[in-house]
Amino acid sequence: MVYRVHPSERVPHRVDRDRFLQLLCEHVGSDGLLFDAEDLRPYECDGLSAYRELPWIVALPETIEQVQAVLRVCREHGVPVVARGAGTGLSGGALPVANGVLLSLAKFNRIVEIDRANRTARVQPGVRNLAISEAAAPYGLYYAPDPSSQIACTIGGNVAENSGGVHCLKYGLTVHNVLEVRIVTMDGELLTLGGSGYDGPGYDLLALITGSEGLLGVIVEITVKLLPIPPCAQVLLAAFGSVEAAGEAVTAIIGAGLVPAGLEMMDNITIRAVEDFAHAGYPIDAAAIVLCEFDGIAEQVESDLLKARDIFRTQGATEVRQSTGEAERKRFWAGRKAAFPAAGRISPDYYCMDGTIPRKRLPEVLRRIAELSAQYGLAVGNVFHAGDGNLHPLILYDANKPGELERVEELGGKILEVCVEVGGTITGEHGVGVEKINQMCVQFGAAELAQFHAVKRAFDPAGLLNPGKAIPTLHRCAEFGAMHVHGGQMAHPELERF
Amino acid sequence: MNADLSESLRQAVLDAGNAGTPLMIAGSGSKAFYGRKATGSLLETAGHSGILSYEPTELVITARCGTRLSAIESVLAERGQILPFEPPHFGQNATLGGTLACGFSGPRRPFAGSARDCMLGCRFLNGEGEMLSFGGEVMKNVAGFDVSRLMVGAMGTLGVILEASLKVAPKPERELTVCFERSVEQALSAMNRWCSEPWPLSGLAYDGTRIFARLSGSERAVDAVYRKFGGEVLEKGDAFWEDLREQRHEFFRADGNLWRISLAPATPVLDVPGDWFYDWGGALRWLKTDAPAEAVFRAAEAAGGHAALFRGDSGDGQMFQPLNERLKSLHANLKRAFDPKGLFNPGRLYEDL
Ligand SMILES: Cc1cc2nc3c(=O)[nH]c(=O)nc-3n(C[C@H](O)[C@H](O)[C@H](O)COP(=O)(O)OP(=O)(O)OC[C@H]3O[C@@H](n4cnc5c(N)ncnc54)[C@H](O)[C@@H]3O)c2cc1C
Ligand SMILES: Cc1cc2nc3c(=O)[nH]c(=O)nc-3n(C[C@H](O)[C@H](O)[C@H](O)COP(=O)(O)OP(=O)(O)OC[C@H]3O[C@@H](n4cnc5c(N)ncnc54)[C@H](O)[C@@H]3O)c2cc1C
Repeated sequence: MVYRVHPSERVPHRVDRDRFLQLLCEHVGSDGLLFDAEDLRPYECDGLSAYRELPWIVALPETIEQVQAVLRVCREHGVPVVARGAGTGLSGGALPVANGVLLSLAKFNRIVEIDRANRTARVQPGVRNLAISEAAAPYGLYYAPDPSSQIACTIGGNVAENSGGVHCLKYGLTVHNVLEVRIVTMDGELLTLGGSGYDGPGYDLLALITGSEGLLGVIVEITVKLLPIPPCAQVLLAAFGSVEAAGEAVTAIIGAGLVPAGLEMMDNITIRAVEDFAHAGYPIDAAAIVLCEFDGIAEQVESDLLKARDIFRTQGATEVRQSTGEAERKRFWAGRKAAFPAAGRISPDYYCMDGTIPRKRLPEVLRRIAELSAQYGLAVGNVFHAGDGNLHPLILYDANKPGELERVEELGGKILEVCVEVGGTITGEHGVGVEKINQMCVQFGAAELAQFHAVKRAFDPAGLLNPGKAIPTLHRCAEFGAMHVHGGQMAHPELERF
Repeated sequence: MNADLSESLRQAVLDAGNAGTPLMIAGSGSKAFYGRKATGSLLETAGHSGILSYEPTELVITARCGTRLSAIESVLAERGQILPFEPPHFGQNATLGGTLACGFSGPRRPFAGSARDCMLGCRFLNGEGEMLSFGGEVMKNVAGFDVSRLMVGAMGTLGVILEASLKVAPKPERELTVCFERSVEQALSAMNRWCSEPWPLSGLAYDGTRIFARLSGSERAVDAVYRKFGGEVLEKGDAFWEDLREQRHEFFRADGNLWRISLAPATPVLDVPGDWFYDWGGALRWLKTDAPAEAVFRAAEAAGGHAALFRGDSGDGQMFQPLNERLKSLHANLKRAFDPKGLFNPGRLYEDL
C-alpha cells in the first residue's frame, strides 16, 4: 500500500501502558477505557478500511472535563491522541496511531438545545448529522449540509473535515453553517471560537478549526445554523450524448444566473451500475446525465425550472424529465445516492477519489482519467458534484488480486495530480488524512507546508494531536518528490520505509 | 493602473525584517477610522492592482489586493454578478485587500454569506517575506488548514494579502424593499419569525421606527411573495441598502461613538443607553452611545456576542472586545507563526498583537 507512517511523523514515548491506563482511569473510570485487542478492533480503521492499526488505548470520555483531563495526561506524558467521531471518514483521518490514545466522542451524543428564535442547534460532537435535522424538523427548520453519510457521520467529524453535501452549491459547506464551537486544546484548555452571532472577536479561529482534521483541538460542542425547510423542491433529469455536452450544459446553467440547490452529473459507467441497482429510471444509453434541483418558494422554483429546461434543450439534451412530485424527486435522487453501493455491486471493490477542478476543465480531466484508466487496466466511473467542480472518480478493482490495490492507489494519486495541474485541489471534501498526504507535497511548496506546521505548533507545540495526518513533514515530501522525479526509483534506499 | 508590485512589496517586507522596523499596511486609507492605530512605516498596497482572472461561469474572480472594490464590482455587474457579501466601501478608492483585512460584510450577509465565506484562496506575504498561496479558485477545497479565511478580519496583522480569489453570485433578477412600522420588540420578534420561514429575504433592518425587508428572486417570485408578505413598498430600495452599507443613513451622521455589536439575532434589547440601529435581522446592532467601553463590552459578552468601537474614541484605546487569557495566548502564538518579528500592523487589532 502506498501510505506508510514516515519515521519523521512518529511520536516516540516509553510510557508503560498499564501504568497509563491507571492514570486515565482516575479521570474516565474503567467504563471509559478499552484495551483488550478484541475491544480495540472496531476502532482499527475508518471508512478507508485498507489501512488498519490497533490503537494503544481507546478512551471514551463523557464530559468535557474528562476530555480535558485525558488530553492533559497525554500531554504530560507525550502520548499522541487521535479523535474519532463515527469513523466514516474516507481519508484515514481517524486511523489510530499504534502508541496513542484513540479518543472516541461517541458518548457526546446529546442535542443540548434547539434555539427556535435564533434558528440554531447547540449539540455535542458525537451527534449524527441527520439527527440535527430530525430534531429541528418540528420547528420547520433543518441543518443544510448533507453529506451522503449523514445517517452515520457525526457533526464533530463534519466540522473536522469541513464536509459538504449535494446541496452545498446553494447552502455552503460546514464552514458556512457553523456559528460557534468549543474545543479542548492539547494542554487541556477549553476555548470558545466564534460567537452567538454571525462572527466572533479577533482572528477567525472558527474558520481555521473547520477542516483541521483533528490536528488543532478536540471539538466538544458545536452550535450550527438552522434554515427554514424549503416549501418546494423539484428536480430535472437531463441526458446527454457526451460528457462534454453535459459539462457545457452545467456551465450554461450557472452562466444564466441560476442557483440550483443541487447540480450533479454522472457518466455512463455509473449510470448503468446505478440503474441495475436502484432502478431510478435513468436512461442507460446516455453518455452522461445531469440532475438539477431547485428549491424555495413555488413561484421561484417554477421560474427556475422553466429556464433550466430551456437551457438543457438548447444545449442538446437528448431527454429532459422533470419530477412530478415528491416520490419521483426521491426516485431521481435515489440513483445518485446509490452510486457508491452500486459500484460495490458491479465490482468486488471500489475506491472513491475526491478532487476538485475548475468546472470548465471537466472534459479534459475526464479524458485524461479515461487514458489513465486504460493505461492501468482499471475501470473508473465518475460521479461529479458538477455545480462546484467536486469530482468523485470511483475506481473499480478486486482487492483479492495481489498488487491491485497498490495500482489503484497509484492511479488515484495520478488522478489527483491531474486535478492540481488544471488548477484544482486534491480534496474537495473528504480531507487529506493519510490517504492524500503524499499529494500534499504536490499541491503545496515547502514554504506553505512550513507555514501549516507553524499553525499547528501554535495550537499543539508537541505535535501530539493526530500526528502523521493531513500535513506532511518536509522529510516525507523530500522522499516523495525524489521518488517522483526518478520515476519510481527510490532515492535513499538506505532509509527505513516500513 | 494595473501593476504587479509583489516583488517590491516582498522586498519591502524583507528590508523591514532586516531593519527591525514594523510596517503599517495601507490600501487607500478609506478605513483608517476603524481599529486601533498601527505604528510603523507605511507599506502602500494600492499600486498592486488588477483583476487577474474572472470566470463568470465558474463564479470566481481573482484580483490583486490594491484593486479598487468599485472596479471589481463594475466588472461583475457587466456579467450580471455581485459580491454576495455586499461589502461596504467607505470611500471611492477602497481596495480589495483592505476590505478583506477588515472583514466587513454588508446587509446581505445573513442570507448570502460573509467576506470570509466568499474567500476561496489567497496569496500573501508572511513576516519572513515568503510569498505563500493557500486555497484556490475552486469552491470546495479542504487540503490543509484554511489559512486564507484566517486572513479575513485579521486587520493585516498576519500578512500582506497580495491576491485573493472570491466566490461571486448572480445578481437577483428583481429586488423589492418593503417597510413595516413597528416597535423595537415587535421588530425583533417579526424579523426573527420571518427568518425561520422560507421567505426569499436578502436584507432585514430596523431603524427604530420601521423594519426594512428586502425580497429577492425572479420577477414572478418577488411579485408573488409581495402579495403575501405585504408592507409598504419603498421606492428607492436600492439606495436605502447602499446608504445603510456605507453608513450614510441619518443615524450614522450624528457625532459620538459608534459601536458595532454582533450577537444572536433574537437577543432582547440590550441594556445600554443610546441610539440603536438593527441590521442582519437583529444580529448586527449599531449603537450610538457615550457609555464607557467597559459597559458596552460587558453587555455584548453577556449576550454571547462581541463589540467593536467602529468610529470614535474609547478613551483608553480599547476598540475590540477583550479576549480572555487563553484566547489571547492563542492569538499571540498564531501571530508569531505568521509574523515572528512582529512586523505587520502592530497594535492595530489588539495592543500586543
Ligand atoms: C458512504 C459514505 C459517503 C460519504 N459522503 C460524503 C459526502 O457526501 N460529503 C463529505 O464531505 N463526506 C462524505 N463522506 C466522508 C465522511 O462521512 C465525512 O468526512 C464525515 O464528516 C466524517 O465524520 P465522522 O464522524 O465519521 O468522522 P471520523 O471519520 O470519525 O473522523 C474524521 C476526522 O475528523 C476527526 N474528528 C472526528 N471527530 C472529531 C472531534 N470531535 N474533534 C476533533 N476532530 C475530530 C478525526 O480525527 C478524523 O481526522 C462519506 C463517507 C462514506 C462512508
Ligand atoms: C498615503 C497614506 C499615508 C498615511 N499616513 C499615515 C500616518 O502617517 N499615520 C497614521 O496613523 N496613519 C496614516 N495613514 C493611514 C493608515 O495607513 C491607516 O490607519 C491604516 O493603515 C489603514 O489602512 P487603509 O485604511 O489605508 O487601508 P484600507 O485599504 O482601508 O485597509 C484597512 C485595513 O486593511 C489593512 N490592509 C489593507 N490592505 C491590505 C493588504 N493587502 N494586506 C493586509 N492588510 C491590508 C490595512 O492595514 C488596514 O488595517 C496613511 C494612509 C495613507 C494611504
